[in-house]
Amino acid sequence: MAEAETVMGLHQEELQHPELLHHFADAEQQRNSASLGMWVFLGTEIMFFGGMFCAYLIYRHWYFGDFGAASKSIDATLGATNTAVLICSSLTVVLAVWAAQTARKTLLVTMLTITMLLGLVFLGIKAKEYSDKFEEHHVPGASFSFNNAPLPHHPGQYANPRHAQIFFSLYFMMTGIHALHMIVGLGIFSWLLCMSWKGRFTPTYYTPVEVGGLYWHFVDIVWIYLFPLLYLIDRRR
Amino acid sequence: MSMGMPTVVPQQRFERETYLNKAYGVWSWLLTTDHKRIALLYLVSITFFFFIGGFFALLIRLELLTPAGDLVQADTYNKLFTQHGMVMIFFFLIPSIPATLGNFLVPMMVGAKDLAFPRINLLSWYLYIIGGALMLHCMLTGGVDTGWTFYVPFSSNFTNTKFVEAGIAIFIAGFSSILTGLNFVVTIHRMRAPGMTWSRLPLFIWAHYATSIIQLLGTPVVAITIVLVAAERALHLGIFDPRLGGDPLLFQHLFWFYSHPAVYIMILPSMGVVTEIIACFARKRIFGYQFVAFSSIAIAVFGFLVWAHHMFVAGISVYSALVFSFLSYAVALPSAIKVFNWTATLYKGSIHYDAPMLYAFGFLGLFTIGGLTGLFLAALGINVHVTDTYFVVAHFHYIMVGGALMGYLGGMHFWWPKISGKLYPEGWARLAALIVFIGFNLTFFPQFVLGYLGMPRRYYDYSHMPEFQVLNVLSTAGSTVLGVGYLLPMVYFLWSMRYGKPASDNPWNAAGLEWRTASPPPTLNFDVEPVVTWEAYNYEELDAPPQTQEVTVG
Repeated sequence: MAEAETVMGLHQEELQHPELLHHFADAEQQRNSASLGMWVFLGTEIMFFGGMFCAYLIYRHWYFGDFGAASKSIDATLGATNTAVLICSSLTVVLAVWAAQTARKTLLVTMLTITMLLGLVFLGIKAKEYSDKFEEHHVPGASFSFNNAPLPHHPGQYANPRHAQIFFSLYFMMTGIHALHMIVGLGIFSWLLCMSWKGRFTPTYYTPVEVGGLYWHFVDIVWIYLFPLLYLIDRRR
Repeated sequence: MSMGMPTVVPQQRFERETYLNKAYGVWSWLLTTDHKRIALLYLVSITFFFFIGGFFALLIRLELLTPAGDLVQADTYNKLFTQHGMVMIFFFLIPSIPATLGNFLVPMMVGAKDLAFPRINLLSWYLYIIGGALMLHCMLTGGVDTGWTFYVPFSSNFTNTKFVEAGIAIFIAGFSSILTGLNFVVTIHRMRAPGMTWSRLPLFIWAHYATSIIQLLGTPVVAITIVLVAAERALHLGIFDPRLGGDPLLFQHLFWFYSHPAVYIMILPSMGVVTEIIACFARKRIFGYQFVAFSSIAIAVFGFLVWAHHMFVAGISVYSALVFSFLSYAVALPSAIKVFNWTATLYKGSIHYDAPMLYAFGFLGLFTIGGLTGLFLAALGINVHVTDTYFVVAHFHYIMVGGALMGYLGGMHFWWPKISGKLYPEGWARLAALIVFIGFNLTFFPQFVLGYLGMPRRYYDYSHMPEFQVLNVLSTAGSTVLGVGYLLPMVYFLWSMRYGKPASDNPWNAAGLEWRTASPPPTLNFDVEPVVTWEAYNYEELDAPPQTQEVTVG
């Protein structure tokens, strides 16, 4: 019995950590659970985007040339800029996690802020792209028009506007839902920023930064796949 | 207080603190993060939707009492079977066992104080309620007539009913289902008590683990499918639109990629429940523990590879149809492994015919019929013959109602003493089990015959084939019996909460950690953190008289 009590006593000391929730035995279990939870959630996200990637794959195969012609009408420079912006933001997220682990509060706050600014830049460029598409009548629907776009590798032939409309439907769905995930990410990071401003994260408790960072990286990686599929499939001059 | 007086031990004078009496008032329930209270929130909500869906079913059966379409109009009938399907599938069957019994039992069975993410658990209930409220609003303001499968292009371009609202409702409910599955997976991986190894887990947990995998990998796909259809309808995007060269078959692939495995979301937890019940009431360790455990995983995996058997007549390639037909046969193997192992467990068991066991027996018989007719449907030739007939309707009701719902009711009876701390009236419960079994078969067996003879599903008027009326009358009569069978348990469960005899901690003398704590359990489930040193289903040890244990050595 005495032994058991000492063990319980040690156990109680461990429980003193202020961020430890009541139903976890120790901080290690809590961190592992949160991390596994986010990984599993990202698995569901892969399936969520997977439905659209599957649709893309099939239609790209069916309407190969039309997709190429439609893709050519999107501004690849804006897309490339956005890719660079997101890759930079992934770096700042990693630095933020490192700052939290090593108790550098100022650095943590700075990195989170820069990440959010980069996210906003991404969304701004995205809005510019959407507005261009709107002006060019490339938004699917009644006013859609995509005429006289030459088919790649078929001189003298033009892309089928109806098939191009499928491309633009996928373009708007995929980038739109990706942008929605960016907005959710900005929400999460505002909360993280608030918490780190208050100094809630310590070298023994930084799981939210790590888990939020995982989410941010995932959204970046989705973009890494979207960029070539939507912007780069037919850039040969 | 004088020292010399004989005193009553204070603990006996005050009621023991349980999760039920720890706090009172509406907010103590609506803001709770206790998995047991959330389970009860779910129980009340899904019961509500069950009776709404059941009401639609009764109206459908009443319409079919006569060959003429005389009770409701054709449009109304379309909405009735659509809403019956949507409510029963997305708002009753999918959450039924996982969100109530699973929510209540998963942490207790693995020896944890709560699920890994208690607040996300509460969030999942709120999402369910928001989705449910939207669905209710949609039904009250016109409803949907697309069928629960909402095939394009009808749902995206043609129907003038409120598909977008219903789609959003299902999307939100799906999110709730994902969060439940996520919580279970993390809890089972990370929250097991010391000594609770994977091979000591109750098979209920294995079944829920497999269910969670399907919820996590399947639900997002139907979610994006709904988003795409809703965008096509509301924003005029054209991803499935045949006028643009889009493919409605792609919709069907994406839809059934979730909606076929969804059947296993409904049936796997029920199999878990039945495993627990059969082991307890046969007083034996489950036969072939590892086979039953891994057959759950196998069902989850194979279940993802058979979806196109819903599309044999939709114009898919005959070669892919052959492959999907073969794989659909393959999914029968793990199901058969389970049935044979349950039967082997019963063999030479000391069987007790209490109400939960009667439901488990009902499950065994009805699931076997449903499963075997599933093989008929997996065969290409017969499938083409009976597609879109009542044969299909009868088949999936044998699985979803005969299987999933029987397991759910069996589980509710089995764990009711633990949940409420009260005993339900055994005589009434056995009677209800019998009524449900008779009512179910009377309702749905005639539909096999009807379908095989050629009665199409989703017809509200069959006056050009009046010879089908006798079987339809039988079916409608059965549905009223079934309705009584479902009302009875609700009445006596409610009755027992007030007037039932107090239950002991372990009224069935069952194995499993949840029976080693009080009934009803304290908020943190266990007064002392459990340490597991025994194997699962150690009924031989539980039943062995102590003296025989002492003379074994020698």
